Amino acid sequence: MTALLPRRGIAQILALIVILAVDRVVSPQFFDLRLQDGRLFGSLIDVLNRGTPVALLSLGMVLVIATRGIDLSVGAVMAICGAIAASLADSHGLPMVLAAALGAGLVCGLWNGFLVAVLGMQPIVATLILMVAGRGIAQLITEGRIVTFSSPDLVWLGNGSVLSLPVPVVIALGMLILTGAVVRGSALGLLIEATGGNARASELAGVGTRAMILSVYVWCGVCAALAGVIAAADIMGADANNAGLWLELDAILAVVIGGTSLFGGRFSLVLAVLGALIIQTMNTGILLSGYPPEFNLLVKAVVVLAVLLLQSPKFSGLAAIAAPLRRTKA
Amino acid sequence: MENSLDPALPLLEVRGISKSFGAVRALQEVDFTLRAGEIHALLGENGAGKSTLIKVVTGVFPRDAGTVRLGGEEVAPRSAKAALQAGIATVYQEVNLLPNLSVAQNLFLDRQPMRFAIVREGEMRRRAKALLADFGLDIDVAAPLGNYSVAVQHVTAIARAVDLSARVLILDEPTASLDRHEVEILFGIMRKLAGRGIGIVFVSHFLDQVYEISDRITVLRNGRLVGERETVSLPRLELIRMMLGRELAETTSARAATREHQAREVCASFESYGKAGYVAPFNLELRHGEVVGLAGLLGSGRTETARLVFGAERADRGQARVGGAPVRLQSPRDGVRHGFGYCPEERKTDGIVAELSVRENIVLALQAKRGLHRPLSRREQDEIARRYVKMLDIRPPDPERPVGLLSGGNQQKVLLARWLATSPRLLVLDEPTRGIDVGAHAEIIRLIRELCDNGLSLLVISSELDEIVTYSDRVVVLRDRAHIEELAGEAIDVGNILVAIAADGAAPAHGAHA
Repeated sequence: MTALLPRRGIAQILALIVILAVDRVVSPQFFDLRLQDGRLFGSLIDVLNRGTPVALLSLGMVLVIATRGIDLSVGAVMAICGAIAASLADSHGLPMVLAAALGAGLVCGLWNGFLVAVLGMQPIVATLILMVAGRGIAQLITEGRIVTFSSPDLVWLGNGSVLSLPVPVVIALGMLILTGAVVRGSALGLLIEATGGNARASELAGVGTRAMILSVYVWCGVCAALAGVIAAADIMGADANNAGLWLELDAILAVVIGGTSLFGGRFSLVLAVLGALIIQTMNTGILLSGYPPEFNLLVKAVVVLAVLLLQSPKFSGLAAIAAPLRRTKA
Repeated sequence: MENSLDPALPLLEVRGISKSFGAVRALQEVDFTLRAGEIHALLGENGAGKSTLIKVVTGVFPRDAGTVRLGGEEVAPRSAKAALQAGIATVYQEVNLLPNLSVAQNLFLDRQPMRFAIVREGEMRRRAKALLADFGLDIDVAAPLGNYSVAVQHVTAIARAVDLSARVLILDEPTASLDRHEVEILFGIMRKLAGRGIGIVFVSHFLDQVYEISDRITVLRNGRLVGERETVSLPRLELIRMMLGRELAETTSARAATREHQAREVCASFESYGKAGYVAPFNLELRHGEVVGLAGLLGSGRTETARLVFGAERADRGQARVGGAPVRLQSPRDGVRHGFGYCPEERKTDGIVAELSVRENIVLALQAKRGLHRPLSRREQDEIARRYVKMLDIRPPDPERPVGLLSGGNQQKVLLARWLATSPRLLVLDEPTRGIDVGAHAEIIRLIRELCDNGLSLLVISSELDEIVTYSDRVVVLRDRAHIEELAGEAIDVGNILVAIAADGAAPAHGAHA
């Protein structure tokens, strides 16, 4: 369907190509890949691997934003779930660790969804609560320390490989396919878009808008939990202070670059993930270029501005008005 | 204000105006002449070019060709503000004032009386009070404008425009959200202003009002001028012919042939159904193959009744039954599950999902009814959309077009299609013909009759009594949020409904808080 390879993705694909080209100039060996111990290495693989947490977050975030909401708490949820996974890793098996971490993410999502859908709080305020409190909860879990572990199962989740690809990349791809199948395979996609496009009208058409809203926050929590587990597995430890810090903003950015409006409605899962990859490609390119990483923030800001300008009706309106004006003058 | 104008000289002369948007020619060499002190109706179907003409004259859109003369002098305003300074003021249907500011602040926005850089609030209020008194309005000018009814907001906008020394006042659908009483007040003000020599352009699709208030009529069709006539010498049928460009059978005010009264099966019934502070408890029986009309002034409880019946609002007393079995209607979902459908009055905010396609809007209710796990395949969706686009003649016939780009009449048809797709037993239509052009209007009414003949039960709200009389088998009259009378058969006519509404003298004085 339209979500899988949308016609409107051309701008994003072009942007990715341009940034990749710039990266190639900055770092001539950018496209080099080599196989070592049955696993691929190279800058492109790094981009995919490093981009995984934001890509996972954006999968949940894009659904939340499609309902005209926002979830600021995903970074904190990552920290909580990473802390839980790290604390249990050496004493429990991987299934138990995953169940506990994902369960915690689900509970966090339920909490956000309850505040927004049932109590009717504004999403930005409702999720701000968990954004602030969540990091405290994570610190309580780790008792203020950086919890390390050595469970090979969990380490594999962050550093292993499947079919020559890093495990996190495979997981993200799997989640993209799973989310796409659930959302577009059922009526969920249409009903979410309707809810975000006009909640009052959808409600009157018999759509269970509350259930829609609740479910997207829950899914967003689960995605954040998975991202948190992978982030912890990657560094073989949980740092409650820094895990997932500011990543909610990158996730929102990825969704916006992917063309989903913050006013809700139409969304595209693939383009949101593409947005996450665009961000990571920029990050990696700047790191490789040898410029100080501070540049990263500036470049990101410029890209955001460009994307938002292109989406703004006023900007396209100006262009439309300017054209006939020029004609009358001529 | 200039009184030295030669009355023979036109106040506003628009000549040969053309305007294109891309390939679409919205206006082609349109002339329009407004005399001082006249009320001039500007009429045409949706898309005829009325709004474009107004916007070109007031400088909102640049024009491609043509001239505008005001009092003999050529003017070419480049913005609405410049037009206002030149003496051409426009009051749009959606009042462009600030509801959070006080009435006085709205009246004197941008030109507050000042002393040493401080606004003289007292002085401003005193002048605001005096200004509104001139319009027969005695209200607290310190209260936020948003606290008042749409009628008061309109009068405030007009007062502001006139006080800014307007010589030409353009009113774009000023009566669309006013009730009968408020329309009378507005007309009084219009006549008074015309008496002072102001030229008034009145855009409306209420033909009764046009005949009541206007001196002359200009009709546009497809961006061209059709003609300009004196109102008194233009019969209604001729006017409609000018607007539509074809003969229209005189069906609308003649009551459809009385259909034989047969015992029809009850579809849904409501006993002592009501909600405190919303609508007084009422009894209502809706039968298959029958249209029940709800008549009353704005704010009389029509929409409230509709929302209770559908389940959009929860009743706190009484019993609803569907096919004889008691049911609870707690939410729209309940209504939909019992086979009800509801086309709300506010199409844009409560009806369509503008960004989604015609197809998605049509299948929305059916999909919601089926549930998440039983998605309609794309093929089924296409099939349903194609069927209804054809059946209801939705234009343009492109199911993938975002519904927000369709005209009002076609959006209404999309909403009808949305509910018809759910095979409902009862449809509640709230002002199904509001803001719709004449052609689509007749079509919607024909559809209502057809649906009813197919056994559907319909509950229809309309402010146009002629319309209600045409299609209703029974009419429930409301006043002050209570059902006061039910008319059936021969008793249904406009006169009887009016008598019922006005039964105990004064109509409710409080404004439109619907």
